[in-house]
Amino acid sequence: MSNIPAELRYAASHEWIKVEGTAGTVGISDHAQSELSDVVYVELPKVGTKVTAGSVVATIESVKAASDIYTPASGEITEVNTALTKNPELVNKDPYGAAWLFKIALSAPDEVQKLQDAAAYKTAIGE
Amino acid sequence: MSDPASLQKTALHSAHQKLGARLVEFGGWHMPVQYTGIVDEHKAVRETAGVFDISHMGEFYISGAGAHAFLNGLLTNDAGKLAVVQGQYTLMLNDDAGVIDDLILYRLLEEEFLLVVNAAKIAEDRAWIQQRLPAGVTFEDRSTATGALALQGPRSLQIARALLGAGWPMPEHNHITAYSWNCQPVFAARTGYTGEDGVELFFPAEIAEAFFAALLEAGKPLGLKPTGLGARDTLRLEACLPLNGNDLSPTRTPLEAGLGAFVSLTKAEDFPGKEVLLKQKANGVNEKLVAFRLTQGGPPPRAHYALFLGETRVGEVTSGAPSPTLGCGVGLAYVEIEFAEPGTKLELEVRGARVPVEVVKKPFYKRAK
Repeated sequence: MSNIPAELRYAASHEWIKVEGTAGTVGISDHAQSELSDVVYVELPKVGTKVTAGSVVATIESVKAASDIYTPASGEITEVNTALTKNPELVNKDPYGAAWLFKIALSAPDEVQKLQDAAAYKTAIGE
Repeated sequence: MSDPASLQKTALHSAHQKLGARLVEFGGWHMPVQYTGIVDEHKAVRETAGVFDISHMGEFYISGAGAHAFLNGLLTNDAGKLAVVQGQYTLMLNDDAGVIDDLILYRLLEEEFLLVVNAAKIAEDRAWIQQRLPAGVTFEDRSTATGALALQGPRSLQIARALLGAGWPMPEHNHITAYSWNCQPVFAARTGYTGEDGVELFFPAEIAEAFFAALLEAGKPLGLKPTGLGARDTLRLEACLPLNGNDLSPTRTPLEAGLGAFVSLTKAEDFPGKEVLLKQKANGVNEKLVAFRLTQGGPPPRAHYALFLGETRVGEVTSGAPSPTLGCGVGLAYVEIEFAEPGTKLELEVRGARVPVEVVKKPFYKRAK
């Protein structure tokens, strides 16, 4: 059973987003990090990039493969977690905390309502 | 991913599920990619021991007067060099000298041989061999009836002895010995695909679950872990052992793959591809499979990434991964021959960006003797 915090929203592609006003923080779920296992490299978007919900903005590499990371919301990237460049294994250790990927200024905050809540995500991943 | 129901399963499939393995599709088979984690399992094999289910691989028996001559006309290496109970790495080529499969040939008796072939190639290999089978030589495919485990790592012989008993005749390197476990026949070959010492064990598929459980139990006090295909891939890559379908293909010759040591161009028999290889040997190859590593960190190489020198594309990656032992990205790639020398600096293209790499001497990892 993976950890699925109730206060977050989840994309079908396993990213989470925490919304505070018009600011969002994005990472990947505990389930996703467990599926990936052994994260060895994280490639983050550039600050200032304008992104659309559902587009590929980052890459997380495990031993086995490179996986695309999609932004669950549209807006502009305001900050990226550079600690992950040096310590990619944080993604496995603390997916909801130290391993947040990027922050985004939401251009359409209502979009987030379309994402799954914790209960729906739990069902979606078969837990 | 393919529907698991449509995939082939080894006799250990449910044992893997009980151990909590993550199962994936591999060459038409539903196989464990990892149990606890690839890096963890990789380290177990380098430091203690790991056991891989290799029951998906094929086992062919070829026997009868003329078996040796037939195999010498089929495969690249010289089977005539094999003493009874000795094995060798060898290749089966098409008429263009491209690789159909890489295999291990064991001489069990003067005119009886065991051929261990890649899982994804069983049907193709069988058809290729049967089409060429002369009168008097018998071919038998015992792949389904045979279970197999690769026990690899510095403690693997100690573990094999703990399981099989003090009377077990430990094989020499590249040799195979016959023994029994609970009155069932077990072949042990001192071979592997990890760069470590170890044995590959072959036994009747019907005892697979009991044998696997007994092996795990015998190895427990010595740190034995079940290990999956994920670690098998990083281990073999560090040892620069080629993977058919990645580093070997029907359009690449063994000379291009750097496997000339396993090709006899002097034996009496002609084999498919020999003419092409003789010409290639005389003229030299245009491209060669080289080992390379990242020099300044960055994303790991993956199959099909391109290698550049300035604006010129000079090669393509066939295998790549982060190396748990070296702590950096490593790979194998076919590059134009003038860029194949160790020390050559190239650039790897990853998602539109360039990462510096260096061609290095094979292998990345060699165990201390």
